[in-house]
Amino acid sequence: MRIGVPKELHAGERRVATTPDVATQLQKLGFTVAVESGAGNESSFTDDAYRDAGCDIASAHDIWSESDIIVKVRAPNDDEAGKLGNNQTLISFLWPGQNPELLSRLTNTGGTVMAMDSVPRISRAQKMDALSSMANIGGYRAIVEAAQHFGRFFTGQITAAGKVPPAKVLVIGAGVAGLAAIGAAKSMGAIVRAFDTRPEVKEQVESMDAEFLMLDFEDDEDGSGEGGYAKVMSEEFIRAEMALFAEQAKDVDIIVTTALIPGKPAPKLITAETARSMKDGSVIVDLAAEQGGNCELTVAGEVIKDSGVTVIGYTDLPSRLAAQSSQLYATNIRHLLTDLTPEKDGNINVDMEDEVIRGATVCKDGETTWPPPAPKLSAAPPKAEPEPLPVVSAEDEKRGVLGPIIGMALGGLALLGLGAVAPDSFLDHFTVFVLACFVGYMVIWNVSPALHTPLMSVTNAISSIIIIGALLQISSPDKLIMWIAVATALITAINIAGGFAVTRRMLEMFRK
Amino acid sequence: MSEGVVNVSYISATILFILALGGLSNQETARRGNWYGIIGMTIALIATIASDNVTANLDKLIIALLVGGSIGLLLARRVQMTQMPELVAILHSLVGIAAVAVGFANFMGHAGGYEGVEKTIHDIETYVGILIGAVTFSGSVIAFGKLSGRIGGSPLLLPARHWLNLGLLIGSVWFGIQFVEQSAAGGGMEPLIYMTIIALLFGIHMVMAIGGADMPVVVSMLNSYSGWAASATGFMLGNDLLIVTGALVGSSGAILSYIMCRAMNRKFLNVIAGGFGTGGGSSSGGGSEEQGEVVAISSHETAELLAGAKEVMIIPGYGMAVAQAQHTVFEITKVLRDKGVNVRFGIHPVAGRMPGHMNVLLAEAKVPYDIVFEMDEINDDFPEVDVSVVIGANDIVNPSALTDPDSPIAGMPVLECWKGKTTIVMKRSMATGYAGVQNPLFFKENTRMLFGDAKEMLDEVFKTL
Repeated sequence: MRIGVPKELHAGERRVATTPDVATQLQKLGFTVAVESGAGNESSFTDDAYRDAGCDIASAHDIWSESDIIVKVRAPNDDEAGKLGNNQTLISFLWPGQNPELLSRLTNTGGTVMAMDSVPRISRAQKMDALSSMANIGGYRAIVEAAQHFGRFFTGQITAAGKVPPAKVLVIGAGVAGLAAIGAAKSMGAIVRAFDTRPEVKEQVESMDAEFLMLDFEDDEDGSGEGGYAKVMSEEFIRAEMALFAEQAKDVDIIVTTALIPGKPAPKLITAETARSMKDGSVIVDLAAEQGGNCELTVAGEVIKDSGVTVIGYTDLPSRLAAQSSQLYATNIRHLLTDLTPEKDGNINVDMEDEVIRGATVCKDGETTWPPPAPKLSAAPPKAEPEPLPVVSAEDEKRGVLGPIIGMALGGLALLGLGAVAPDSFLDHFTVFVLACFVGYMVIWNVSPALHTPLMSVTNAISSIIIIGALLQISSPDKLIMWIAVATALITAINIAGGFAVTRRMLEMFRK
Repeated sequence: MSEGVVNVSYISATILFILALGGLSNQETARRGNWYGIIGMTIALIATIASDNVTANLDKLIIALLVGGSIGLLLARRVQMTQMPELVAILHSLVGIAAVAVGFANFMGHAGGYEGVEKTIHDIETYVGILIGAVTFSGSVIAFGKLSGRIGGSPLLLPARHWLNLGLLIGSVWFGIQFVEQSAAGGGMEPLIYMTIIALLFGIHMVMAIGGADMPVVVSMLNSYSGWAASATGFMLGNDLLIVTGALVGSSGAILSYIMCRAMNRKFLNVIAGGFGTGGGSSSGGGSEEQGEVVAISSHETAELLAGAKEVMIIPGYGMAVAQAQHTVFEITKVLRDKGVNVRFGIHPVAGRMPGHMNVLLAEAKVPYDIVFEMDEINDDFPEVDVSVVIGANDIVNPSALTDPDSPIAGMPVLECWKGKTTIVMKRSMATGYAGVQNPLFFKENTRMLFGDAKEMLDEVFKTL
């Protein structure tokens, strides 16, 4: 089958859906790849590079009419949507929730459409999770943009020309983008604080050496929604967090906001007043600009300055790192195509039984298949039957109490019986034996576990004290007994010499 | 030499033996402890030889001692550290056969001239001494065969094996009664021989039914038996030195067995009854089926990960011993430590085939013992570890021991390496470990699999570093 990669038409879009590297790997799956002339120009992939990778360079018309699979970055515009044929498959970002008309148009074409943004968020599908790849780049780029507009170092320095304090960065929303921003800011030397409504991300934030801001809020409200996204919080909670941001704004130099709730306009977390209260020269980067922005001052797609504070509202941050994001996006697409072609014969099989493929497919054969049924939670293992456990432990407990008592009673009786019949000479030895057992018990517990092997070889050597038995018999006039004793002495001598020598050899090796 | 001097010598030998064991409480005093043991043994030997009991055949004795001693020294020098479990096992068998020989010789000599109850007790002592000695002997020989690979490691499970064991036990008790009765009448050799055969069979059967990874328990159990055999012989001869030494060794081995069993969360009887991993049908079905995708990694990437880490934990298992990779492991450790990476070793009590096996291997490779830690010491440190490297280990790092109550290894304490940032597992294939359970660790998101022979892979990692 032929994969076609058209040039992105959306204004300012620099990314491309396939890179030459990925194109080579797609060919290994049995596909042929055609790329529209100039498609990779903006992300520094020339037509020649694609040609060297074995791709055909074709016109837009050729791509749309001759390809079996079309891969794109942005959702198709009306014109492009009209070109899709009923035997073609389109893979791109689509946002079917926000673009119902587009979805119905695409459905009517009869073609198959897979939305990269609808790939379910389960472990197996992480390798094709383009949203995470793009969010990661967005978060990183947000810090680069902030650095561009921020007039100072990120890192603190003490120089001959005076002391430079480190920049303070507040990241709101510690999802993929937020964590990427934390990492980038941290590696540039800034002091980073982060806030999120989901308490479980605290660990992740702290693992990146950033400070997690806790909200002093009475109910432990948990902001975790389905699929790892945040949900809408109560009014009181929002008021409390806004107060926290207002207080933080006076202290920090840079605020990066990434707060998004799926399918809802972005929550307004930074009021105009809060933004203006920041120090002159401060920067706000609003990653939620496309969904209306987390900051009231944000203008989508633009950088504005208001009372000395720069507010960056770019909606195309991943596209501003075009080569990187094209490469990651292309790899995500390749993983999806790999799953679609289990035979590696260049023919895709849209298997609606497969949870990942089912989730990504938004329309097929003239029918809308979005939204998919709720994903099976892969994290929860099948519940084991809890019943047998407590029963067993109760029995254990009973045995635990009765066992030693019965054991002691039996032992006591046995000793009494022994004492009643046994002669004194035996009891003398028996006393020695019992005491020696206790001495051994006390001594051995102190042995360091690392020395258990030398312990065994040394006990082995001293248990050859049995040689004394042989020594006592060796002078027997009975020839047979004498020879048995000689043989025993020989055997135990092996053991004595071998045991001590090997212990010594081992102990010599233990060095500090 | 008078009786008194001999006894005093025996007392000092006893004390020296206790000091020898006590010295093993740490590495500093252990070497001195070993010398105490040697001195104690020498004193005991000289005192016995010089006593009134040894009157003739000194020449043969000296030759036997010299020949045996030389063989022993040669063995000790030749043995490779990875073969330690085999050596220990075969040395145990020697104690066992010696106990049998001394017992028979003593019975044939009819020494002591006991009467009545004393005679009965003496006969029982002889009988028990030979019994334990024979079990120790045949059991150790089989253990040696299993450890050295001459006999397959998988448990041999005869049908109705518990009944067979019971039958052997009843048989030996019955022959015991016969022996005491016939001995009183002056005979008794026949039941003694029959019992010895039964005991030998029992030893073979017992160890055959125990699988490879339970070997630490078996080896320490045989260690214990060899002590009890010496002790029983001591009762027979009325010699306190033998009784005390045997009791020391016996309790030492018993404690080791207990520690090993606890480390696997198994009952001692279960181990002895054998057949681990074959019972309990739940192991193959239900919760253990949870699988996922494993992420492979190359040795090159492994090297990069290691070089970039601050805290590295190495978890060696039997696979490292098999691949003889301990030297390469130490080379890598040296390079990383020179770069300022804090490399530590985490040792599970039952890693390897013998208690303390891994410690000895690492010591052989000159890994300083102050960076080698026991499971209990370091299990809480894993969240701070950047990279854990699991070399040829499986069940001792299996999270289902803690999470899956149906798992055959449920409740066994394990090294919780998955709590660290990344875990690299070196393994030859995806095969399950000894317990036959799938290891969910391999499918965790932060686990990377490095497939291949541990030694080759580590060599490549070392080259890249």
